[in-house]
Amino acid sequence: MPLELVDRVDEDQLDQEYNWTLNFGPQHPATHTTLRLILTLNGETVLKAVPDIGYLHSGFEKLGEDLDYNQYVTIVDRMNYISPFHNEVAWHHTVEKLMGLELTPRCKYIRTILAELARINDHLLCVGAVALDLGAFTSFLYAFNQREAVYDIFETVSGQRFHPSFTRVGGLMNDVDDVFVQKVRNFVKQAPKAINDLTRLLNRNRIFVDRTKDIGVLTKEEAINRSCSGPVARASGVTRDLRKDEPYLAYRDFDFKMVCAKEGDCYARYLVRMEEMRESLNIIAQAIENLPSGPVNVDLNGKVTIPDKAATYRSIEGLIQHFELIMTNRQWKPPVNECYGAVESPNGELGFYIVSDGTGRAYRARCRPPSFIHFALFPHLIEGHQISDVVAVLGSLNIIAAELDR
Amino acid sequence: MSTVDQLQQQFGSAIIRTESFRDNVRVIVTPEAVHEVLKHLKESLGFNMLAELTAVDYLNYPDAVDRFGVIYGLTNLDSGERIFVKTYLNEPDLTLPTVCDLWQGANWLEREVYDMFGITFAGHPDLRRILMPEEFVSFPLRKDYPLRGKHERHNFPVITRAES
Repeated sequence: MPLELVDRVDEDQLDQEYNWTLNFGPQHPATHTTLRLILTLNGETVLKAVPDIGYLHSGFEKLGEDLDYNQYVTIVDRMNYISPFHNEVAWHHTVEKLMGLELTPRCKYIRTILAELARINDHLLCVGAVALDLGAFTSFLYAFNQREAVYDIFETVSGQRFHPSFTRVGGLMNDVDDVFVQKVRNFVKQAPKAINDLTRLLNRNRIFVDRTKDIGVLTKEEAINRSCSGPVARASGVTRDLRKDEPYLAYRDFDFKMVCAKEGDCYARYLVRMEEMRESLNIIAQAIENLPSGPVNVDLNGKVTIPDKAATYRSIEGLIQHFELIMTNRQWKPPVNECYGAVESPNGELGFYIVSDGTGRAYRARCRPPSFIHFALFPHLIEGHQISDVVAVLGSLNIIAAELDR
Repeated sequence: MSTVDQLQQQFGSAIIRTESFRDNVRVIVTPEAVHEVLKHLKESLGFNMLAELTAVDYLNYPDAVDRFGVIYGLTNLDSGERIFVKTYLNEPDLTLPTVCDLWQGANWLEREVYDMFGITFAGHPDLRRILMPEEFVSFPLRKDYPLRGKHERHNFPVITRAES
């Protein structure tokens, strides 16, 4: 039976000498990454949880002030390494907004397809890992089998499975070919079966449902008050999806639904993620069949994209353009201003606040990481639940420590 | 009447100026008025979500007058509108009132700003370092903090094998 939620833990309950203090992490299989929780327990009931983060802090924002607008894409890749393409899209979306660039239709579509593939990848990991932590091993393997197919597509386009670093200011590293189109078509064809298998394994699974339903309940008011976004907020009934509310890339062209739930518990977050994968497949199917032809990079006259090898070696304009962008004292000349741009990453609103001083590198490259905001919720969600629910709540929030700490 | 006009009418001289760039609307307010403005935005104008809270060190910025800027990004979930409230701070008085009483989500965001820039938030329930270790004495995202170097190790206690 699902446990009754203890409303609020009294102060005097915390001082009892029979309470236990348990150090959860920083190295624990269920935290997946490096984060630490200090739990105060009465028997198996968690009275208080104090998160301790920063184990993976590596100064990404400081590095953003030292690397230029193209180089920094390799660093943002490593923030949320489960769906790195969203970080790239978010970074270059903001940079292009700052510079006032309008992407070519083909670039928008390719970015959209890859971003939605990354979303499926992220949700599959989240769902598979929650199930694994709660004791269901098969569904984890089913999920990871599909993730391989997505990684294969990323490898095809960029040569890198994990960190594609595929976007550039005003375009992409290179154009995609027919192999990519064929692989995406195959994926769209085979993925629904895997998602249906997962659904059948988990949706009515007695153990899974008992361990996630009514656990870690977040109400709509709290979700708004605590700055939640993405599937965590939508599972609590907040109807906000940046793909709908502030359409970027090519999302305006596609027919898809915003997935919401009302319950706000771990089970609702799981259901929202499952349904979002189907919507993502829907978007990919529409995008790949309507992939526009034409260039992927914005016009060379704009002097913002690095020309390809043929243009660099065979034309004087291309050579000059390449030189202008590569030399550290030249590069881009964005307006001296500041700009916030956000995209809907699988975890929620992923935004960058760029302050530009008119040179080729950002003066300040602030990242608004959804994991950071969502992990702040954790003590609130776990209070009064049992210690075995810690992994269910952690998994359903999908905390990626590299993004949390940056 | 737009949000910016309403704010100007309500607060008058507390609003130093307004800027807009692309789709960002920024309202620059005095540090004393920042809590009042945010409270008004939340309670009367429907900006119910604090989406972003960050700071910028303008030490080497071209034509900068003030040292630090603190930026609050608010979202109106009904209309989808965004507004950025910005305030400037100068040494030695790097203190702002906390907005944890308005949004609980501000808790960790303010801790991060404190950790990285040394800007303190008066009335914050738990203002500790969040990403850097507690023994750390500097504020790494300030522009006078170097990118490279190895001069922090002496600040950390040495734990011998017997003690560990």
